[in-house]
Amino acid sequence: MKIKTPLSNEDAKKLKLSEMVYITGYIYTLRDAGHKKLVEMIEKGEKMPFDFEGNIMYYAGPCPNKPNEVIGSIGPTTSIRMDKYSPTLIKEGLKFMIGKGYRNDEVNETIDNCDGIYFVAIGGAAAKMSKCVKSVEIIAFEELGTEALRKLYVEDLPVVVATNCSGETIY
Amino acid sequence: MRKIKSSIIVEEVAKLCIDANCNLSSSIYNGYKEAKLKERDKLSKDVLEILIENADIAKNEQKPICQDTGMAVVFIEMGNKVVIEGDLLEVAINKGVAKGYEEGYLRKSVVKDPIRRENTKDNTPAVIHYNIVEGDKLKIVVAPKGFGSENMSALKMLMPSDGMEGVKDVIINTVKNAGANPCPPIIVGVGIGGTMEKSALLAKEALLREVGESNKDDYWKSVEEEMLQKINKLNIGVGGFGGMTTALSVNINTYPTHIAGLPVAVNIGCHVTRHSEIIL
Ligand code: SF4
Repeated sequence: MKIKTPLSNEDAKKLKLSEMVYITGYIYTLRDAGHKKLVEMIEKGEKMPFDFEGNIMYYAGPCPNKPNEVIGSIGPTTSIRMDKYSPTLIKEGLKFMIGKGYRNDEVNETIDNCDGIYFVAIGGAAAKMSKCVKSVEIIAFEELGTEALRKLYVEDLPVVVATNCSGETIY
Repeated sequence: MRKIKSSIIVEEVAKLCIDANCNLSSSIYNGYKEAKLKERDKLSKDVLEILIENADIAKNEQKPICQDTGMAVVFIEMGNKVVIEGDLLEVAINKGVAKGYEEGYLRKSVVKDPIRRENTKDNTPAVIHYNIVEGDKLKIVVAPKGFGSENMSALKMLMPSDGMEGVKDVIINTVKNAGANPCPPIIVGVGIGGTMEKSALLAKEALLREVGESNKDDYWKSVEEEMLQKINKLNIGVGGFGGMTTALSVNINTYPTHIAGLPVAVNIGCHVTRHSEIIL
């Protein structure tokens, strides 16, 4: 199944558990260090660097790109390291995430409550995934290097539905 | 005495860092292919196909197989008739790591302090293990270790009365608990015996073995086979999506230990468990 971002609630509801989905459109990368910063910004009442509505956050930090490349290898990082921060972001409107591995109960519950989706990308398939990235722009936290908040345009990025809108999960 | 210039070591370590990160070992690559033939589930087959394609892209374009290009673990076997001229060996290795990670466009993933966490920006320092052996050669093994799998590793100080069953439980429970996090299909490195740190080192060294290479001792070889079978029945599967390929290999290394102890370390390696070596 192919989907486009921003993802509408109707499209999200169509996605089946453990189905392979190909994403086209803008997605946003962030890892733990950036999550910590976003949560601090929320606590201070500051505006988020991008609109959460319908958008997908990808837990990843790329390798440096060679001069002729759009981006270096970029696969998913382990999601549980984000679990401490995710409920705060989900309450702020973030509904769709891509990572790797299981989430804790609190995160599963908050995803379920907002009809969100947790996708997993294929851990380690990072060279292949870099080929799906057509453009990249750092939009916040540049000082974090690989952990900066990046806006990527991807074409047919392969991911698997790990938690669907009805709160069912493959783990 | 045989003299080796430190500048040569810098160059070789840099090349090994790049080679290990871009070229998947053929034994793991073949492991993917065999698993793809065996798997019945469509999703598992599709994911294995993506892993094969990923390794091909990495090799053809000399780009990292995985974005986590790891912390560089370096094993040195230095002949007792070798002297290094120039920099200290440790300095040369770290210069080589910095060079390799910069020139190979590898990700710099090392922080200076475990709590204050400032990136060292050149992926140094490496974790280095030295061994002095007979002869006039210098063997360097670079094994970049990703932390998705490192984080799922475990060490237990069992009691001798826990015996083989206790050891098996530690192995199975560690793999179960790891689930999808260490990017299965995994390589399971197990160290049994020695002291606490020795068992961890044995487990790390076990990850250097090629897939398909067994323990030379028949007793331990059969334990490896039994554990591999049991692990592949856990239904964690490729990418954690279920199926019969959770691990490609279980590699056990052992060492004599104390009358009162039974240390067991399990070091999980992912499907891009990497190492490259050279003998100078
Ligand atoms: S565990 Fe291995 S394959 Fe997975 S992200 Fe880390 S280095 Fe890459």
